Amino acid sequence: MTDAPQRLKLLVVDDESGMRAAIARSLRDFTVSLESVGGEVTLDIIQAASGEEAILKLESEKPDMMLLDHKLPGISGLDVLAWLSDNRPEVLTVMITAYASLETAISATKKGAFDFLAKPFTPAELKASVRKALSHLMALKKARQLEEEKKRVRFQFISVLAHELKAPLGAIEGYLYILQDRSAVQDPAAYDRVVERCMVRLSGMRKLIMDILDLTRIESGQRKRELVQVDLRELAGASIDTMASDASRRGITMSLEAPGGQCVLEADRGEMEIILNNLVSNAVKYNRDGGMVTVRLERQDGAVRISVSDTGIGMTAEEVAKLFGEFVRIRNEKTKNILGSGLGLSIVQKLANAYGGTVTVESRPDEGSTFTVTLPVRPAAAGSGE
Amino acid sequence: MADKTRTVLVVDDDPDFLAQMSMMLSSKGFRVLEASSRPEGEKLLEQERPDLAVLDLMMENEDDGFVLSFHLRQKYPDVPVILVTAVTRETGLQFNPVEDRHDWIRADAILPKPIRFEQLEKEIDRLVHD
Repeated sequence: MTDAPQRLKLLVVDDESGMRAAIARSLRDFTVSLESVGGEVTLDIIQAASGEEAILKLESEKPDMMLLDHKLPGISGLDVLAWLSDNRPEVLTVMITAYASLETAISATKKGAFDFLAKPFTPAELKASVRKALSHLMALKKARQLEEEKKRVRFQFISVLAHELKAPLGAIEGYLYILQDRSAVQDPAAYDRVVERCMVRLSGMRKLIMDILDLTRIESGQRKRELVQVDLRELAGASIDTMASDASRRGITMSLEAPGGQCVLEADRGEMEIILNNLVSNAVKYNRDGGMVTVRLERQDGAVRISVSDTGIGMTAEEVAKLFGEFVRIRNEKTKNILGSGLGLSIVQKLANAYGGTVTVESRPDEGSTFTVTLPVRPAAAGSGE
Repeated sequence: MADKTRTVLVVDDDPDFLAQMSMMLSSKGFRVLEASSRPEGEKLLEQERPDLAVLDLMMENEDDGFVLSFHLRQKYPDVPVILVTAVTRETGLQFNPVEDRHDWIRADAILPKPIRFEQLEKEIDRLVHD
């Protein structure tokens, strides 16, 4: 990393101007290289000659860190610390204490000082103390940033999820209002259609909930992965059977090709089912009536390759680029009547990555898509933990 | 509302909502023109003037409902517009609050989805006169 050094503000509080000047001189060109933040930190030094002035500067200058003399003319260093813990607890303080006054040092750390530095100290001691404090400060900052980012992502996820759950609920509620009124569904065919659509939307909602559970389980690593020898040919056959009635209703032919016979890898059976079911059901959903779905299984060079091809609506390169995001559904004239959670491919990709594998897509609009998942025959040690 | 059949244009990208509106409105004797996108809606407006329009606020492109409403107002200033939306503030999603645009759009009513039949009837009675 060659980023410009981060500048932090250090407030030096001491009633002796000579001491303040000496500290400022020692730290002026002091640069700390911190691996934890992947960069360098330098200090801008501001000064205060009393506790009162320190509090004013803590408010106006918002320093990140403070070197605080204990013995001050007006309010004491400990008073400043007390103010700090009520008002700006994020400021990291190193207390400067008189030599051998261990008691003060202890009460200062009890009141929230991070560390103390006994007077008199050498420039080297000062730098060592500041370095230690800075590295702690940056670690805290980084943790806080990560926490905020996590909160933001979580909030966004839940917002979208709420919206996606409301859509089918709204549709079903709307149909129930119609049934309640009776006058709008006197025709039995209309009545059947209302019930049918409610069922479709309910099953879509159930699928969304199941997908959410899969996704959180994969991400949290809560569920233990049970690695056994799995024959993908058998699982792919089962996926095809599951989709058979949907496919035949639309005249879609499905076939399984496994030129090498069995296609065995070491994996969790349930997770391989999730991958195959998602790919096969997409291939049917986004196909044209009378189209074809081909599942092809191959083993080569310590890896297995699952390719699922359809002859459906296909995608543009821009659409493919967005495809694996959570809740991303390609919305256009061709997909508007197709229901989906927008999570399936995100799940497939997370699972493949967890095994040290990859997912690739080849697609042409109006011709079809091929999704290829490549997985190592034995999952990489690094990827199998989560 | 006896002597002449009234026409309602309903534009929404949700097929279930279209079906529901169509059922409700035709049971009340309306003729329903369905469109599932703004372009489809615009095309229908080229061909005829409806007596009422029910437009989804946010379709494929976020502003489609607003834009369509605006065009409809330009072409047929007297046709009442009911905007419907499933997006409410509680979802926390980013969108332009209805209140901000209300004046500009001059929608005659904004209804939250799902729509209750009696609610819709009330608005229609209020907005569609002889």
